[in-house]
Amino acid sequence: MSIDLPGFADPVLGAQSCFRAVLDAMARPGSRHAAGAGLTPPAPLDPATAAVLLTLVDVETPLWFDPGCAAAQDWIAFHCGAATVPDIGAAAFVLALELPDLAHLNAGSDDGPEESATLILQVRGFGAGTALHLAGPGLRAPATLAVDGLPAGFAAAWADNHALFPRGVDLILCAGTTIAALPRSVRIAEG
Amino acid sequence: MNALSGYNFAYLDEQTKRMIRRAILKAVAIPGHQVPFGSREMPLPYGWGTGGIQVTAAVLGPSDVLKVIDQGADDTTNAVSIRRFFGRTAGVRTTTATAEATLIQTRHRIPETALREDQIIVYQVPQPEPLSKLEPSRAETRRMHGLAEYGLMHVKLYEDITRFGHVSISYDYPVLVNSRYLMAPSPIPAFDNPKMHMMPALQLFGAGREKRIYAVPPYTAVKSLDFDDHPFRTTRAPHACGLCGATDSYLDEVVTDDRGGRLFVCSDTDHCETRRAAGHVGAEAPTADELAAE
Repeated sequence: MSIDLPGFADPVLGAQSCFRAVLDAMARPGSRHAAGAGLTPPAPLDPATAAVLLTLVDVETPLWFDPGCAAAQDWIAFHCGAATVPDIGAAAFVLALELPDLAHLNAGSDDGPEESATLILQVRGFGAGTALHLAGPGLRAPATLAVDGLPAGFAAAWADNHALFPRGVDLILCAGTTIAALPRSVRIAEG
Repeated sequence: MNALSGYNFAYLDEQTKRMIRRAILKAVAIPGHQVPFGSREMPLPYGWGTGGIQVTAAVLGPSDVLKVIDQGADDTTNAVSIRRFFGRTAGVRTTTATAEATLIQTRHRIPETALREDQIIVYQVPQPEPLSKLEPSRAETRRMHGLAEYGLMHVKLYEDITRFGHVSISYDYPVLVNSRYLMAPSPIPAFDNPKMHMMPALQLFGAGREKRIYAVPPYTAVKSLDFDDHPFRTTRAPHACGLCGATDSYLDEVVTDDRGGRLFVCSDTDHCETRRAAGHVGAEAPTADELAAE
C-alpha cells in the first residue's frame, strides 16, 4: 500500500522550500531547482513530482492523473486530499508521465486566465534530450533547457498554447529531485 | 527573536498558504494580471498592508532575511510592526539594509539600492485596479483587461495634457506590463516607475481588502504610459538631501518649525544612512557639537 509512505518530514517547511523552488522556476523559465530531496514517494512518482503535488494540490484543486500513476493514487489521496476528476478539461492540476494534448486542458478565459490548468509533467531528466530555446518574461537573455522525455513536436504544441496568451496552460517539469517550469508567457524554439 | 508558540510558521495556516501560493504562481505566469484570492482576516486592519503580509507569509522561509519599509523608511509604525510580526510568528532574521535582505515588503517605495536576482520585493497595494477611477464596475474592468481595451486610460492622460500641459499623476502612475496588461504599480512615486522595468528581482503585489495578487517576473518590460510627443518623465524635489547631500534620490519634505522651515531628506532611510556612514554630508546635517548636545 503506497499510503504507508510518508509525505514531507516537516510539512510546513517542506512545502515552503518546495514552493520557493517552484516560484523561482516559474519566474525564471527554464532554470532548474532542487525539490523533494529526502522524500520517498510511491512508484512511479519521482521525489520532485511528489514534492510539487504536496506543495500545491489539495482539496480545493481537482486533479486529473495519468493512468500510469495509479499505484500512487492512494498516496496522493491521503496526503493531498485532492478530488480526482476523470475529465482532463475540468482539472486544476494535471499529473502526467507523458505529454497530454495541451489543447484538452483548461486554458482559462480571457477574463479569468488564472483559472487555467497547471500541468505537472514527470520527465526522464534534464541536460539531455530535446533542447528548448526559451525567451520571454523572466529571462534577461534567451536561455536553453534540455529535457529528456518530451515528445517530438513539443515546440509546435507549445506555440499553440503560447498563442492563447493570456490564456494557456503552465507547465512544471519534474525529474528526480529537480524541477523546471515553463509558464505560458515563454516562447520556445526547438533545435 | 523567538518564534511565537501556538501559531503556524508565519501565522497563516497551510491551506491558506497553498491557496495564496497557487495564486502567486498564476500571477507570475500572467505578468500584470490581477489574480483573485481568498484574502484572510489578519491581525491588523485593511489598509495596513494585509495583502502584502499574506503574500510575504506564503513566500517566507526560515532562511530569509526580511526588510520592511513604509514610504522608504524602516522606522515608521507600519514597517516596525510588520517586521516584528514576522520576527515573532516566523522567527526570521530582519534587517534594515537593502543589500542584506532576501525579501523586502514595501509600502509605496522601491529602495534606491538596485535589487538583485536573489531578492523578492512584495508591494502592499490599496487599489490593484488601475482603471478604478475611470470605470467603477469591477465586472467591466475585468472585461477591459480581457480585451486589452485601455483606451479609457489614454483618454485620461490626454485630457490631463490638454488641461494642465502634462500628465498630472505623481504616484500610482499606470504601467503596461509585458506589452499586455495595464497595471497599478501601487502608490509608489512615478520617480520609482523606471526601476520596475527589467528589474532583476521578482516583484509580487498583494491587495488584501481588494483580494487580488499580481506579479511582474524578473527582466520583464514595464512601460509607464505616455505619448510620443509627451514622453514619461520622472520628477523629484529640486534639492539635495539635507542630511547626506544626495542629488539623485527621492526626497521627503519635512516641516521643521512653524516659521516656514523646510528640510528635504532622502525618503529611503537605509540609503541615506549608508551614504552618511560613507562620509557624505548634507548642508543641514547636524554637526558633532549638536549631536553631543542631544
